[in-house]
Amino acid sequence: MKQHALARLGQSAILVWLVSTIVFFWVRLLPGGPFQTMFGQQANPQVIKNMATEFGLNQPLYMQYLNWMSDLVLLDGGRSITSGEKVTSILLQAAPKSISIAVLGAVIGLSLAFPAAIISATHKDRLPDIVSTIIAYIGLSMPGFFIGILLALIFGVYLGWLPVFGYTPLSEGVIPWLKSVALPAAAVGLPYGAVVMRITRSSLIDTLNAPYLRTARAKGVGSRVRLYKHALQNALIPIVTIAGIQFGIIVVGTVTVEFVFGINALGRLLVESILQRNYPVTQGVIILIAVMMILINIIVDLTYTVLDPQISYDSEARS
Amino acid sequence: MSSSTDSLDAADRQQRDWFGPVMDTVLSDKRAVVGAAVIGSIIVLAVFAPYLAPTEPQTTYDLLEPPNSHSEGDFDLDGTTEEIWHPLGTDSQGKDILTELIYGARISLLVAFATVGFALLVGTTIGMLAGYYRGWIDSLLMRYIDLQWAFPEIVLAVAIIAVAGGIGVVPVIIAIGFGFVDDFARLVRSEVLKTREEAYVTAARAVGMRPRRVMFREILPNVTGTILVQITLLIPIAILWEAGLSFIGMGVSPSTPTWGLLLADGRQFLHEAWWISVLPGLAILVTVLSFTLFGEGLREAFDVSEREVHDR
Repeated sequence: MKQHALARLGQSAILVWLVSTIVFFWVRLLPGGPFQTMFGQQANPQVIKNMATEFGLNQPLYMQYLNWMSDLVLLDGGRSITSGEKVTSILLQAAPKSISIAVLGAVIGLSLAFPAAIISATHKDRLPDIVSTIIAYIGLSMPGFFIGILLALIFGVYLGWLPVFGYTPLSEGVIPWLKSVALPAAAVGLPYGAVVMRITRSSLIDTLNAPYLRTARAKGVGSRVRLYKHALQNALIPIVTIAGIQFGIIVVGTVTVEFVFGINALGRLLVESILQRNYPVTQGVIILIAVMMILINIIVDLTYTVLDPQISYDSEARS
Repeated sequence: MSSSTDSLDAADRQQRDWFGPVMDTVLSDKRAVVGAAVIGSIIVLAVFAPYLAPTEPQTTYDLLEPPNSHSEGDFDLDGTTEEIWHPLGTDSQGKDILTELIYGARISLLVAFATVGFALLVGTTIGMLAGYYRGWIDSLLMRYIDLQWAFPEIVLAVAIIAVAGGIGVVPVIIAIGFGFVDDFARLVRSEVLKTREEAYVTAARAVGMRPRRVMFREILPNVTGTILVQITLLIPIAILWEAGLSFIGMGVSPSTPTWGLLLADGRQFLHEAWWISVLPGLAILVTVLSFTLFGEGLREAFDVSEREVHDR
């Protein structure tokens, strides 16, 4: 187990290095440099030269790369070209907003998906199943930002219960924070929940039809124990896989939903920094997102070992 | 020589026989039929947009008119005042929303079909080569799939559009399509791995059939069903993607009417004019839902399991 975790960590480090290298060269492939975008065509060449020297952009490419890599190891992402602010502090400001929306979104999605799926699977082809399946289909046919607009219209404009613009940090109190992220989180969580609900439902139905459950029933195990202890535990593995893989929906959702609710989180930072050719910020955002995705992947993998004792990473080097 | 061609043709005919039973199953699936009917009408609207749209796409009328309202004025500049009915209202520039939705369908469908077509072409080729020849192509593909996990598709799409240097249909198609390449590649690769040692493939190789023919005539037909299902399930995702990119301002172009752009416009007038954002959202919902329902019907008809294809 420990060995496996270490191996995974090593692989992840290589992956992060690969991502950062690709990003480093990719941003420099973008047409137009940061200063042309900042000052336009008529910029004073001397000013541009001075700026380039200040940010080390006049050095040969391999030097820039080596400098950046050695800074990165020390968790220093350089400074923003447009504001001069440290990239790490920009990310530290933006990331909590994205993470709040994503985590709360996942919680909302999953807490709707599981009960709905259990009801659906145990009432297959009857009214509760039909209703929740229809809702799930509608949920996964709407982009997160449209759900966000609908929620903003209903709860913000019409009922006036929740703010439709901006973000309140957690440090200003749990309730204001919750109020500011509730709608964006629901907007990213609902499509995710719809996907997870469908997978959970079909996975549960497969399991409920398995011979060992018929045996359990025949020997008189109660229906509740059959469902929660026997069926759900076995159905959980494909569900966890999907819940992990589909986490991408949440990431995409947060990026677009930010625009709906006027929250300046990672998505906006990404789009703006690319448009401004703000190399250090773009690099920082993409690496941060990559690290988060890799972490989720590892968590999903480790969850398997908890769910199914048959899966252990001791003997085999790779799963 | 001629006898071997005959038997190949016979085999081809037999492979084509799946069409009848599949159609029967799809037609007996109410969801799929409804989906197909709606898709058909949207395609008709998109293709014949200039004839079916009530107004010209660039003409502007009164601003922020609610649904079922009228604009009065001399809009065609012929010296007389006319009254124009806006069944779905107008947007912040005074454009008729029904017209914009009909023209927006063109972009949505064009981008969706082209995206999936691009991914199909590239992905199938890569998957075929990787499965058939194994070796470095295969390991490169598998490493790439590993790497793609760390780059969520939105990052990939925004990245490609940025490098393409500006906005346009082609960068958007490549940007979205790129994220789907691995879906086809993976699917085809696993099928090739499953069948490459089958007797009929070995036989085809033994009689001296060239690799390309073995791949495309002997192996590929096995995956036709799964690929068709994957196509219909990726189209709605592509539509959602296109709308999303338009919405954040990285779509086709700021002057072409798209559903995502209209939604973004409506976001700014949430308090004054709910219809600007809600109506294009509903257009997306109906289109995506129809493709999903049709795709699900196809999936059941071809008996493809949910785990084999990428869907939402």
